[in-house]
Amino acid sequence: MLQAQLEIQLIAIVTAVACALPGVYLVLRRMTLMSDAISHAILPGIVLAFFLTESLSSPLLILAAAGTGVLTVVFVELLQRTKLVKADAAIGLTFPALFSIGVILISRFAGNVHLDMDAVLLGELAYAPLNRLTVFGYNLGPVSLYVMGGILMLSLGFILLFYKELKLATFDASLAATLGFAPVLIHYGLMTLVSVTIVGAFDAVGSILVVALIAGPPATAYLMTDRLSRMLILSAVIGSVNAVSGYWLAHLFDVSIAGAIATMTLLVFGLIFLCAPNRGLIAIARRHARQRWEFAQTMLVIHLLNHEGLPEAEEESAIANLHEHLSWDPTFAHQVVRYALNNRCVLQEETQLVLTEQGRSMARQALVQ
Amino acid sequence: METLNILNRLDYTLMIVAVGAALLGTVSGALGTYAVLRRQSLLGDAISHAALPGIAIAFLLTGSKAPLILVLGAAIAGWLGTLLIMSVVRLTRIKYDSALGIVLSTFFGFGLVLHTLIQRTGNANQAGLDTFLFGQAATILARDVWTIGILGGVAIIVTFVFWKELKLLVFDEGFAASLGFSTRALDILLTSLLVIAIVLGLQAVGAVLMSAMLVAPAVAARQWTNRLSVMMLLAGGFGALAGVSGTIVSSSAARIPTGPTIVLCATVVVGFSIVFAANHGLLWDRMRQQRNRRNLKVEMDGLFKQPQQGND
Repeated sequence: MLQAQLEIQLIAIVTAVACALPGVYLVLRRMTLMSDAISHAILPGIVLAFFLTESLSSPLLILAAAGTGVLTVVFVELLQRTKLVKADAAIGLTFPALFSIGVILISRFAGNVHLDMDAVLLGELAYAPLNRLTVFGYNLGPVSLYVMGGILMLSLGFILLFYKELKLATFDASLAATLGFAPVLIHYGLMTLVSVTIVGAFDAVGSILVVALIAGPPATAYLMTDRLSRMLILSAVIGSVNAVSGYWLAHLFDVSIAGAIATMTLLVFGLIFLCAPNRGLIAIARRHARQRWEFAQTMLVIHLLNHEGLPEAEEESAIANLHEHLSWDPTFAHQVVRYALNNRCVLQEETQLVLTEQGRSMARQALVQ
Repeated sequence: METLNILNRLDYTLMIVAVGAALLGTVSGALGTYAVLRRQSLLGDAISHAALPGIAIAFLLTGSKAPLILVLGAAIAGWLGTLLIMSVVRLTRIKYDSALGIVLSTFFGFGLVLHTLIQRTGNANQAGLDTFLFGQAATILARDVWTIGILGGVAIIVTFVFWKELKLLVFDEGFAASLGFSTRALDILLTSLLVIAIVLGLQAVGAVLMSAMLVAPAVAARQWTNRLSVMMLLAGGFGALAGVSGTIVSSSAARIPTGPTIVLCATVVVGFSIVFAANHGLLWDRMRQQRNRRNLKVEMDGLFKQPQQGND
């Protein structure tokens, strides 16, 4: 493997993990689309800072863009606070307006600056290793690896330092407020972190696909676990898997790396959506099927118990008549009898069904419940 | 004479674009009303991004750049994306916003992959990604205006036909279900109408800004009324207003793209409505507060003064 390939994959992994960690909190707090809003709304910040610095990776640009991101959050909340606009509409109003300003700025001054619109919106991971960090003539590696690595460290530090505060504010904001933590402060801390992460990542994956990195792995992990700590770790792992497999997919077909990573994110999400233990579609369907049989079996043993030892028992518990008494389809009744026989709830005595001790206690238990 | 001709032709183009933008604003404003009331304002954003792979696949399959084929592909992809969002929300504990975010970004990413694939095959006449993202209002032809008018008109007529069903779905989904209406079928109907509006708008204002065309006029209209019928009418009017004024402003100086200008005009209408709308608006609210305070003061003064007068 070439060194450039290795570096691209490393940058992809670091970016994916840096996006997935704050993404977990966004997904849990139902604020995923705030990342979409921020990633679009930072455009005017990027453009204005680019006019000043003429470089896409200067620290000033990152600061200005992150500032615009936080400003977006403030705008959205101010709009919401008027009670005239709902949360979703507030987001849907704010970011297109800011984005429009950015697009108009770019086309008005397109002649004077060399800001590639595609680079901002779509990113290009393949070029990331070209921009090297050199100190005193020593080549220390690609700049974006350092930028994203720094942001990842910031993210990790924030989450480890405020783990319980974040957890409490995420799952029970009013309790957090009662106990004296400031949910508003935590909210803005998280939003600042998200803004900085998005600004750092747009260079590599662009502003639209960064949403895939933020929302995809945490939502996938959400289908697999109930614990916050596990969800954080799983998200980071899934993000890395998506990043590396996406890179090789792009390599194989010679297509956009960021696009391939997003495609892998969709595929992995779809796979877990189908196959997750307990929460996957297949698990749900199987559970429904099993519950259907179990319920039918319970109905059967209750029916037998009701008539046990009574004069009409011979008529009521004849296998041939069961479907009429329980108003079932004859074939279904036949299958239920076989299911119950297999489970040793009933015994067959010539044409009759007789409860076993197990079946009797099962029926009594069901009736008590 | 020569310049006059050019001027005439320019005016004609401008008029076509303005009429197209106005029609588009009307259709998306009216249909956006439902999205905003159902708190699905960002569905438009998701559908418009999810349309990209559909355009690319339509092009890959047919090799044609005919607008109708590309629009059909976009509509199918946008529609599939929405169905995926709906089933993820219904079947898992993943919330609406996350489902939306995933579909929006990953469908778009897949579209980007297909786009680079098309680029690599060296087909010079590929559909430009810039056009998809930002639209090119200037390329609207008379034919496109007819398409927008007819398809958009049909979509709006459908909302009239299902008026009471959709109204019920928007304001009390549980009640609608209990009356025996299939809310899922109605949901899919409403979404399909939204898909039509969005796909029509892709060419003019582009994917990124199309969501604003659905949200802004409806939010502005909401400030002025509490009635669905009036809101729809107003939203359509505001949409048309934004379309026309955006077109005129962008044509007044060089290098001002039309799509973003239309969005900014719509945003101005929203801002105006939020501040000045009768009964709801911020200014009105402030005035009412002050009037209440004055009235309360008069009453309190009266209360405190009365016993003194009695003593006299």
